[in-house]
Amino acid sequence: MTQDGAGSPVSASTRRHVDTVYRTDSRRVLATLIRLLGDFDRAEEAMHEAFAAALVSWERDGVPGNPRAWLVSTARHKSIDADRRHAKFDASVADVTAQLHPTQDDEPTDDDVADDQLRLIFTCCHPALSLEAQVALTLREVCGMTTEEIAHAHLTPAPTLAQRIVRAKQKIRTARIPYALPALDALSSRLDGVLQVIYLVFNEGYHASDGDTLLRTDLSAEGIRLGRLLHALLPEPEVTGLLSLMLLHEARREARTAPDGELILLDAQDRTRWNRALIDEGDALVQDALRSRRVGPYTLQAAIAAVHADAVTAVDTDWRQILGLYDVLLRADPSPVIALNRAVAVAMQDGPAVGLAVIDALMDEGELDRYHLAHSARADLLRRTGQLTAAAVAYEAALALARQEPTRRFLRRRLAEVRGG
Amino acid sequence: MKYLCLLYDNEESFAALPEAEMTAVMGEYFAFTNATIAAGKFIAGEELAPTHTATTVRVRKGMTSTTDGPFAETKEQLGGFYLIDAVDLNDAVQIAARIPAARTGSVEVRPIMVHGGS
Repeated sequence: MTQDGAGSPVSASTRRHVDTVYRTDSRRVLATLIRLLGDFDRAEEAMHEAFAAALVSWERDGVPGNPRAWLVSTARHKSIDADRRHAKFDASVADVTAQLHPTQDDEPTDDDVADDQLRLIFTCCHPALSLEAQVALTLREVCGMTTEEIAHAHLTPAPTLAQRIVRAKQKIRTARIPYALPALDALSSRLDGVLQVIYLVFNEGYHASDGDTLLRTDLSAEGIRLGRLLHALLPEPEVTGLLSLMLLHEARREARTAPDGELILLDAQDRTRWNRALIDEGDALVQDALRSRRVGPYTLQAAIAAVHADAVTAVDTDWRQILGLYDVLLRADPSPVIALNRAVAVAMQDGPAVGLAVIDALMDEGELDRYHLAHSARADLLRRTGQLTAAAVAYEAALALARQEPTRRFLRRRLAEVRGG
Repeated sequence: MKYLCLLYDNEESFAALPEAEMTAVMGEYFAFTNATIAAGKFIAGEELAPTHTATTVRVRKGMTSTTDGPFAETKEQLGGFYLIDAVDLNDAVQIAARIPAARTGSVEVRPIMVHGGS
């Protein structure tokens, strides 16, 4: 917010006030305007005009009692005026426009605002849009990131990202993707889609190490922010579970990287560097989600993360409980990656030889062939059972598949160890 | 809002269906068509003759050329269409999901462009 509509002098305090409202409320204002005006671009344009008008008007008349309602109402009128200007020589269009925009200024209630925010989230995460478009649109419209910021964080050229967003908005308009909450019978599957987008945003920030680490970290923060927002709007058990999972991961962020940027695995992390406040919050949330008795994959993963977080040292880890949770998780989400993680828990509970047998059986099914973590987990168990030559082969296989530099350095280090030993 | 639902399916395996199954599938199509008409959402719908009866027309530099068959070799062929009137994409997808081809092949849902004014 740097423009001041008419170029009149605006005091620093008004400017600060408008900036603050922009930061705290612009997404809510936008969500409501999209519903009222029926179009993303019109809503965005009208909102920016309203913020520009706020600088002048709030300076002159003081800040209104309900700045958000003032902004919505001002933006709406600006948009109607713009329509009238376009329709100047066409009375019939003006009539239609008047019908489209009822003049009464019904201020949206808090419930309306919450519903509008959910409408915005569900529309941005509509399954008729590609997953990448869903992510880009959510970061742009729900989080308010600029196209340049999103492009930078995804290591994508800005024009590509901009085009992705334009195309997505075009599809929403042309195919008429409704700005609506999903029907009750579709809610659970649509919610899964939203959670997938949020977790993807978080993970892109959490696991990425190439490119600008600082900006990627921002993506984790945005993921958590989205999780908190959705949890406040729609506290379904899996929403709670995902928020808990993200917080418990985030709590370990500092401890998982050495000062030289090297990766530190869970069992070697300095647990005093874990963020206790985040762990406590994540713990409380996962307990909530478990009590619901409608336990899904995110809640189970959060419960596993919570067991790790509760162990004062790596040796204190309650592997029996973790294994039990993995058994349930594997039934809820029978994916090869979950099966692999379960095998690692088996190795911790019953010894590396038993775990190795489970991993080998999994690898025989072939689905994990291209997954570097499967090869490195297997390599680790081979190393711990003293089969150093086989371990070296497995580390090499992992290295051939791993993309991220810290992971590659870690694997090279281990490879050198087993070769040297 | 109008949407065109394009029905893609493997026409060879469709043609090879035993008579009883063919009758059953055609019955499902009639039921779908009638239900869509009853709901006031049907505009048009036809089954197409097989792709080997198709002719592709191109005009290049003023010269008309015709070739036999459809443009590309694919596993699924365009076998029919429904033009429907739906409230929005969610509604259109719900309708398309009831077309039998959605189970054995796929249904592409395309919004009809509106020209002149929005």
